Amino acid sequence: MPDATGLELIAHDLGEQVPGSVAGTEHYRGIATLIVDPGRVVAALRWLRDTPNQAYAFLASLHGSDYLPESPRFGVHYELLNMDRVERLHVKALLEEPGDGELPELDSCVELFPTADFQERELYDMFGIRFRGHPDLRRILMPEEYEGWPQRRDFPVGGEPVLFTHNEHRTPRWYE
Amino acid sequence: MSEDVRSLAAGVTAEPAVQGTPESEELLTINFGPHHPATHGVLRLLVTLRGEEVLDAHPYIGYVHTGIEKSCEDKSYWKVIPLVERMDYLAYYFNAMAFCMAVERLLDEEVPARAQYLRVIHCELNRIHSHLVWLGTSALDLGAISIFWYCFRERDKVLDLFEYSSGQRMHTRYVQVGGVIEDIPAGWAEKALAFTYEMEERVGQYEAMLDRNEIFLQRTKHVGIVPEQRLLGLGVTGPLLRAAGNPWDLRKAAPYSSYDDFDFRIPVGTVGDCYDRYRVRVAEIRESCAIVRQAIEGLPEGPYITTNRKVALPPRHELATSMEALIHHFKLVTEGFRVPPGEAYLPIEGPRGELGCFVVADGSAKPARVHMRDPSFVNLQALREMVVGGYVADLITNLAMLDPILGGIDR
Repeated sequence: MPDATGLELIAHDLGEQVPGSVAGTEHYRGIATLIVDPGRVVAALRWLRDTPNQAYAFLASLHGSDYLPESPRFGVHYELLNMDRVERLHVKALLEEPGDGELPELDSCVELFPTADFQERELYDMFGIRFRGHPDLRRILMPEEYEGWPQRRDFPVGGEPVLFTHNEHRTPRWYE
Repeated sequence: MSEDVRSLAAGVTAEPAVQGTPESEELLTINFGPHHPATHGVLRLLVTLRGEEVLDAHPYIGYVHTGIEKSCEDKSYWKVIPLVERMDYLAYYFNAMAFCMAVERLLDEEVPARAQYLRVIHCELNRIHSHLVWLGTSALDLGAISIFWYCFRERDKVLDLFEYSSGQRMHTRYVQVGGVIEDIPAGWAEKALAFTYEMEERVGQYEAMLDRNEIFLQRTKHVGIVPEQRLLGLGVTGPLLRAAGNPWDLRKAAPYSSYDDFDFRIPVGTVGDCYDRYRVRVAEIRESCAIVRQAIEGLPEGPYITTNRKVALPPRHELATSMEALIHHFKLVTEGFRVPPGEAYLPIEGPRGELGCFVVADGSAKPARVHMRDPSFVNLQALREMVVGGYVADLITNLAMLDPILGGIDR
């Protein structure tokens, strides 16, 4: 992990090279978090990956979170890793909820990190975050015709009726 | 009438039909799984074939998606442990450990040395158990049935050890936030030591069965090679990456839970084919045995769980005499402990690669988000690259050597 000073240096350099990309930094419990502007995520990730003295070339994980009732509501987390220095950098993009049933959008980083393919699909599936430029943005874990975004905090737990023979008459024509 | 039949019969020849595409060029899309023994779970693959050659393979997953991550948000922290254990059902100690370590990071809680050693011992036994299931079922996929029985015989001994130390054979809930639930019982250490010696001998016997088996060698050697850089791009970790020659192992690279106390080696491959993947995992069983031995022999004295009563339950005998202990017990069992707001991603080295747990705490007694970065889920993306251009039979080999656990993929 870069220490607090190192994180500020990264944020400073990134802010100079990709203007307007850094929205803040956090250093909590030894984890360095770089908050980036959602519009410039891919540019920031590319800079972090390709700059020789950064070289965070491995995307260990990509996941999402829902900070309801806070605003901005959604967080997309990129866990970058430099395998030579064994340093991890947590890059976070915060997304506003667009409202009117629209889905929040973010640029896809599959071009930079092919590993993001499944994980962006999982985020789309679970949080309804649309990744622009993803080659094949479909639901991955839930059925394709499923409606709703299960991992959002306003989605109730236990909303799916489980079908048994004793209650199948309550959901007629379930087999269709 | 009879003439017509004769003229028809005259037209029937053994020559291939001249019109249309030749049979060898005909494409066939088949559905492989989800209920197929060789998919090691409920994985569905849509495979496009030209004859025996695989042209494309697309995994369809989600058949055992049970929304564990969602359920975790509705449970207090210590009740999440049994849930996350059921994700990757062959690596339950690892799941629980990744989650507990993430929560400990958020709580800034120190884990006593004895607890760290006990965690290491159980994790390494779990790694042996996981690799044994993998070896048995993979060899079964390649047509060797006896190795399956031998592996499951040893696996049962590991499960006996788990049952002895925690009361459960699988999903033991042994790892707790701040330590482990209980100290190892009397006589356990001797049994575990005896097991490691026996296991090393058994590994030699497995190798004798497989390493000179011509069918096994022909089906695994030079099959499914993906360059190391491509594997890194795809996020592949664990034995698959090490088989390609990259010695990345979090136990060595970023030691956690006192892994730096032990002397062990990281097996790596040279070619990166399925045979190397097999060799790396088998060698890892040996290294795990060495770690378990060192940890048991150097097991430090002291508490097995943190003495912070705000996090860990007080000892049972204190409840009869101490009001304070009773209050702590009551609070922990009813509400659970609260975790200050923050988020942490904590990776450990699971049997299949980097197993990371991401926890968001919002200050309440329940996590706001629990996410497992499951290695099987990420590694599965490499399957297409491994199988395209090979034969259908190699698809089975690759899938077996990928070692996907669908409970972890679908969560």
